[in-house]
Parts: sequence; C-alpha cells; structure tokens
Amino acid sequence: MEKIATRDAYGQALVKLGHLHENVVVLDADLSKSTKTSEFGTTFPHRFFNMGIAEQNMMGTAAGLAAMGKVVFASSFAVFATGRAWEQVRNSIAYAGLNVKIAASHAGITVGEDGGSHQSVEDIALMRAIPGMKVLVPADAVATEKLVMAAYREPGPVYLRLGRPAVPVIYGPGWDMSIGQGIEIRQGKDATIIACGIMVYHALEAAKILAGAGLEVSVVDMFTVKPLDEDMICRKARETGALVTAEEHSIIGGLGGAVCEVVSGCCPVPVVRVGIQDLFGQSGTPDELMEYYGLTAKHLVEAVEKAVRLKKKT
Amino acid sequence: MREISQQAVTELKERARSLRCEVIKMLGKAGSGHTGGSLSAADVVACLYFWEMRLDNANPGWPERDRFVLSKGHAAPLLYAALAEKGFIPKEELQSLRRLGSRLQGHPDMRKVPGVEASTGSLGQGIAWAVGMALAGRLDAKDYRVYTLLGDGEIQEGEVWEAVMAAAHYRLDNLVAIVDYNGLQIDGAVDKVMSPLPIAAKFEAFGWNTQEIDGHDFQQIMQSLEAARGHKGRPSAIVARTVKGKGVSFMENGVDWHGKAPNTEQVERALAELAVN
Repeated sequence: MEKIATRDAYGQALVKLGHLHENVVVLDADLSKSTKTSEFGTTFPHRFFNMGIAEQNMMGTAAGLAAMGKVVFASSFAVFATGRAWEQVRNSIAYAGLNVKIAASHAGITVGEDGGSHQSVEDIALMRAIPGMKVLVPADAVATEKLVMAAYREPGPVYLRLGRPAVPVIYGPGWDMSIGQGIEIRQGKDATIIACGIMVYHALEAAKILAGAGLEVSVVDMFTVKPLDEDMICRKARETGALVTAEEHSIIGGLGGAVCEVVSGCCPVPVVRVGIQDLFGQSGTPDELMEYYGLTAKHLVEAVEKAVRLKKKT
Repeated sequence: MREISQQAVTELKERARSLRCEVIKMLGKAGSGHTGGSLSAADVVACLYFWEMRLDNANPGWPERDRFVLSKGHAAPLLYAALAEKGFIPKEELQSLRRLGSRLQGHPDMRKVPGVEASTGSLGQGIAWAVGMALAGRLDAKDYRVYTLLGDGEIQEGEVWEAVMAAAHYRLDNLVAIVDYNGLQIDGAVDKVMSPLPIAAKFEAFGWNTQEIDGHDFQQIMQSLEAARGHKGRPSAIVARTVKGKGVSFMENGVDWHGKAPNTEQVERALAELAVN
C-alpha cells in the first residue's frame, strides 16, 4: 500500500492552490521544511512570509492579511499553532471571523522521537472549543488535498490537522469530500467505528479482522470533527447500536467526546473511546507509540468487542 | 511636507475636545469602561482621524483607505467617538456603549461597527494585525498606510515585540506604531509594575525609525506623523508622552481612572472643565 505523509500532501496542495488563486498567502514560523509550506515559498516567494519562531505574531499577522482579503494558510507544529497561539487564534482570527486556515502538522504522538513536549494530544479539543472554528482531520494524502481545497472555499477560520509520518493512502481519486459530512467507507450491522485521521486506516484493518470473527463493522471517516455530521452519527447509533471512536488524540475533548455529546441527545448507545487516555506522549518510533498508547487495529478489535458486549447488556 | 497652519491646530484642538466630551458622556451613561486611557490618547486620535488619515465615511470599505488599528482596544470609547465625529456611525448611538445588543462592544468588534478595522482588546494583538495589513498593502501594491495605537502597559506583551521584529524585518514603511505613554496601567505606574522603559530605544534597537514627542502638543503630533510618512525603508514608532485622564483635572494621572467610569456628578464636572479648556 502506498504511503504518503499528510503534510507532504498539504505542501503539494498549497502549490496547486497558489496557481489557482492569487489571494492565497502562506505564513510559517520557521518550520516550513517540516510543515512543507516551503514548496509554496519557493514557487510563490512574494506570497510566502516566514514569521520566525513567533507563532503569536504569525496568527495576528494572518488576521491582518485576511482582513485585507487574503486567504491565509498559517502553519506550524500542532502543539504550537493551537497551544502557544491559542488566544491569538481565538481573538484575532475566530472572534473576527477571518479567513485564516490554520494548517498544523506534527499532530499527535506519531511525531515520534521528539517526545511529549512536541506531541499535541489536545489540539482538536482546543480548536473545537472555539466558536465558529471548523476542524478537519484528513485520513490520508487524497483527503488532505481535497480538504485543503475545501478549506479554501469555506469562509472563515478552519483548523486542518496534519501528521508527520507517511501513512497509507486509503482513498482513490474519485471520492468526494465536503466539510461537515462523514463518509461511511465500510458498512456493517454489528457496530460502527467512527474514526478520524490515521485511525481510519487502523479502523479498516480492525474491521477486516472482525469480519473474520463474524462481526460486521461499519467504518465512518469523520474527517470533519466540527461541524460534526450528527445525522450520520445518530443513524449509525440506531442502525448498529454500538459505537467505537478512534483518534490519535486525547479521549477528552476530541472526536470521542464530540460523538458522545451527540449520541447522548439522539440515541444513547454504548460508546467506547479509543484514543490517548489522558496522558502526555513520549519519545519512541511512531509504531511503538501507537502500540504503547493502544491505537492499533488490535486495540480497536478489543474496543469493538467491548462495545458489542455492552450493547447486549442494555 | 504638508503645512501645519495655526487654523488646522485650532480645529484639531476643538475635535479633540469634542472627542473627550463624548468619551465622558458615553462612559457616564454606560457606567463602566476605560476613561483614563481614552482621554490620554484623544489628541493623537484627533490628529489621525481629522488630519492624517485618508478615509471615506460613505464607504467604510474603500480599498484605498488608510487603516487604524486600536491595539489598546480598551480605549474603544475614544475610537467610537472618532467614528461618530467622522460620520461612520450616528452620534446618538454612542449612548448604547456596552449595552446588550449594541454594536458598541466594550472592546472594538470589526464585525459590528463600520470603520472598526480590527477586533482588538486582547492586548498585544493589534500591532500583529497591523503588520498583516501592511504586508497586504504591499502585496496589493496599494499606497494606503497602517496606523496602530498601543498602550505603554500593553507593550509588556511578548507578541508586541514579535510584531515589532517582523515589521522591521519586512521593512514595512507603510506602518506607524504610536505608543500612548501615559505611564500608568491598572496596577500602578508602568515602571513599577513591569518596566518597559526605555520605550523608544527598544523600537530603535529593533530597527524602527523612532520619535519621542509630547502627545498633547498638536504641532509635534502632526510633525511626527509627517516625518513618519517621509521615512522610507523602515516602520516608524512614535512614543507620545501623555497624561492619563488628560483634560479632566480630577482624573489626570489618577491610576484609579484606568478602568472606571464617571458618575453623574463627575460627568457634569468633567464636561464643565472641558467646556472651558
């Protein structure tokens, strides 16, 4: 299976976008080679500004540019873009409803060896809490390109969560993606895994394993964590009676929390949340960390089995 | 150089007096808000709105307009007074300051008020915003200028110096930052709370064209704006020495008036003083 990092896909999509639209401006905070905005910078040097290691000013500058009609993509590592500059994102960008796309790479524990200080496990929660902020978590390179284009078209602030390592490409080019709609990639009647980001791949792997054991599991790619596809979630809750959420993020405040908020109101069914269990990350290879923090297909299989057991009890 | 006539100065003084009166009235009506820092910056803002900046009240979104970012967003009453005086909003509306449903929020909201260029109030953010606007002006090959007004306490924020560094790095000579150096912040004297002094030397060290003026001397304010306009290749900083609460004797240099509104009796006394001066 072909593997491409979502940050690489982002860098390429930005260049395409730059060719298409003169009003695209890109900012980075001295991580352009890592976030892959450097390709845009090379192609469109006059529309690329390196703001140095100063994320707060980068977000404020992005606001000023957007207020003047630019569509600004501002990039850094997720932990800095959403944490260091959270209040600038809130007040300068979101409160003013400005057209800034915060495209943050190196999200989650798959940052790897750099360790816990650089692994954002709470960025989705931080961004999701801001009124009007849209939160997109692409699963692969194809989804990333489509969501970069969608983010450009979407008025107002958008958070786009990207990863460091190469991840399997699960989508063919024919998939259509629009903000706010989950995609049911695989259908099944016994339970539903609602996943985002790299966990979509692991969810599909888990579904294959479970099929061998006689459980038919639906897999939904919830690439828009906000605004959430509530109809899809409630429908899958009714149809399958058990949900598992899967995210490379804390189980607090991210996709799992968001799904629970929805089903509690429309169709309360057991929800088992797979994610990082209120912990910081640490150094290690991405694969080691995914295993250590319980984010592989094997763990999802166990979670689905648990959810199905809970369903039978109720 | 534009000529600075005595008549222009006299007119600006009258504008500033009018802004101060409106600030007092609207804060008295609102019952809360930031009086001292609105009064200290009134002369600078009068010069910006009625002499320096290119604006069109009939077309707040005019692409060629100069931009003003009130980085010290708590001086919103002063900005609203200027916008009303300039005709962007009706003068009667000033009395709705801080009321539920009002466009005139406690701190400026660009989504609500025509003529407000940036939603500010969280300190340190406006100047970063102004850097973005100045960059956009250059990208679009526009000759508009960007002005931002900062508090002297505000420059304790780290983001200010990130923005100051970026403005110099990108040689934004279309950007002017004015520091309302009234010497007081909520908890006391700025140099006692957390000294940002010397202010001008810091801007200078970051690569800015820097001037220090008396922020209540109209000739000096106008000349400094004119000098900034003529300076190429670097952003300009104007450190304006001011008096907090300027124009109302019992408010001047009173730290308590940072975030306090006058009561009815104080409004009357203040307006009486402003009528004479």
